[in-house]
Amino acid sequence: MDDLVRIENLSIRYGEKAVVRNVTLAAPRNGILGIVGPAGSGKSSLLTALNRTIDFVPSARVEGRVTLDGADVRSLDISDVRRRVAMVLPLPVGLPMSVYENVAFAPRMVGVKRRAELDEIVERCLTQAALWEEVKDRLNMLGTRLSGGQQQRLTLARALSTDPDVLCLDEFSIAIDPVTTMRIEAVLMELKAHMTIILVTNLLMQARRIADVTAFMLNGELVEVGRTGELFVFARDPRTSDYLAGKFG
Amino acid sequence: MSQPAPPFVEPLGTRHRRQRLAGLALGAATAVAALPALAIVSFIVWKGWPAISWEFLTEMPVSGMTKGGIQPAIVGTLWLVGVSLLFSVPVGVLAGMYLSEYAGEGWLARVVDLAIVNLAGVPSIVHALFGLGAFVLFLDFGTSILSGGLTLGVMTLPVIITSTKAAMQSVPHNFRVACWNLGATRWQTIWHVVLPNALPGILTGVILQVSRSAGETAPVLFTGAAFYLPILPTSVWDQTMALSMHVFALVTQVPNVTEELKYGTALVLLGVVLCFNSFAIALRYYLRRNRRW
Repeated sequence: MDDLVRIENLSIRYGEKAVVRNVTLAAPRNGILGIVGPAGSGKSSLLTALNRTIDFVPSARVEGRVTLDGADVRSLDISDVRRRVAMVLPLPVGLPMSVYENVAFAPRMVGVKRRAELDEIVERCLTQAALWEEVKDRLNMLGTRLSGGQQQRLTLARALSTDPDVLCLDEFSIAIDPVTTMRIEAVLMELKAHMTIILVTNLLMQARRIADVTAFMLNGELVEVGRTGELFVFARDPRTSDYLAGKFG
Repeated sequence: MSQPAPPFVEPLGTRHRRQRLAGLALGAATAVAALPALAIVSFIVWKGWPAISWEFLTEMPVSGMTKGGIQPAIVGTLWLVGVSLLFSVPVGVLAGMYLSEYAGEGWLARVVDLAIVNLAGVPSIVHALFGLGAFVLFLDFGTSILSGGLTLGVMTLPVIITSTKAAMQSVPHNFRVACWNLGATRWQTIWHVVLPNALPGILTGVILQVSRSAGETAPVLFTGAAFYLPILPTSVWDQTMALSMHVFALVTQVPNVTEELKYGTALVLLGVVLCFNSFAIALRYYLRRNRRW
């Protein structure tokens, strides 16, 4: 399979504590890679290595490499990496500016000034994030005044505003309602035609519903990875089948 | 409640009594704290109000300061505060930004932090002597508005740095992470997101220091303030009268000054400070009105 993102022998330590151990994993182009595992298994840390936000953690040490379309992310411009690898975090964050400016922020930061162009980006991203219909009449409202579920879709719209190749979502549904969760899942199914999606989740059923490939991590190690349909039915490793069957977690 | 309360839970009556008592105690403490401020203001207004007139504010002092107005002191105070702000705001805000956003948590940053906090506690008379040595003598600015203003600036710097740092750190870290995740640089994040939201807090710190600059006597005593100089300053190289110094002089140095004149001058000083403060509160309210998270 054609892999856009490759993680090769990646290890992450915070000081003495190893949180990711020697993980090798690839995310297919135009597909959804689900990463499941109990809390503390290193899933989120793995994501921060993809867009190098881990650089902001002074105690973090990263070994191995992550490649994006064949290029080591450490050889690329850091802002560029983050624009190509978009990230949606567990808690929705509306920036303290208008809904419009939330989405126009990233394009502005790289010098897009024309109003028509910004208008087009804002409408496209909000539509993609299934939020446009709800906010199109109040684009000047503060983003932080939206409801939690709306703010998470705003966060998603903002992530899409850089036209990323990879969209990472870290437990995006943890703080929002089931209806919004289902809407975003539907959005992801459409978006994967244009990009690679990496979905870290605690909800096994969510991975089962939408991931094409699912990886299971435990204590920083990658235990098993396989096509979602097969993994959930015929896991090779007993730890995987126990976890997927809900025996621990 | 469907179940009877377990026996170790205090009866409702006791808890309500204690709740009332706590409210009363906190209220009383607030009243005790507010009372002196109220008393000082009303006393000064009561004693000083008869002296206030247009002439008092706009005329030169005459007859060895026992008559006439206090215009040069008012103007001088504005000059001194202005010069001190021109120095301490840019330097202090930039330093506070650096400490909050760039310096990190290393031991050096902590030492610098500690030093600044301690500097804020240095008595103003010590700053005055430093100003005399550094600006008046060493840099040879002489006794001038420049020396006095810089001395006030140095004195106010630590608080401006600390309050800027605190204001910036009160902006949720999530906002920064969200911006970094969008590919914004550290500086873009600071400029577009952190600074606008920290501005009200920064302003508060600055304004508190404006009031302090206007009110302190010691720092300008040796560095810029004149005892009796009935002309208006024309440049930062001039000496000038100052309100705080003038109150000090009238009360302790000049014989035969009426009570009215002393309290009148104090009232004007109070008024100037209150003006600065209300301006700041209005500005802060204006900046804050659209920023809620």
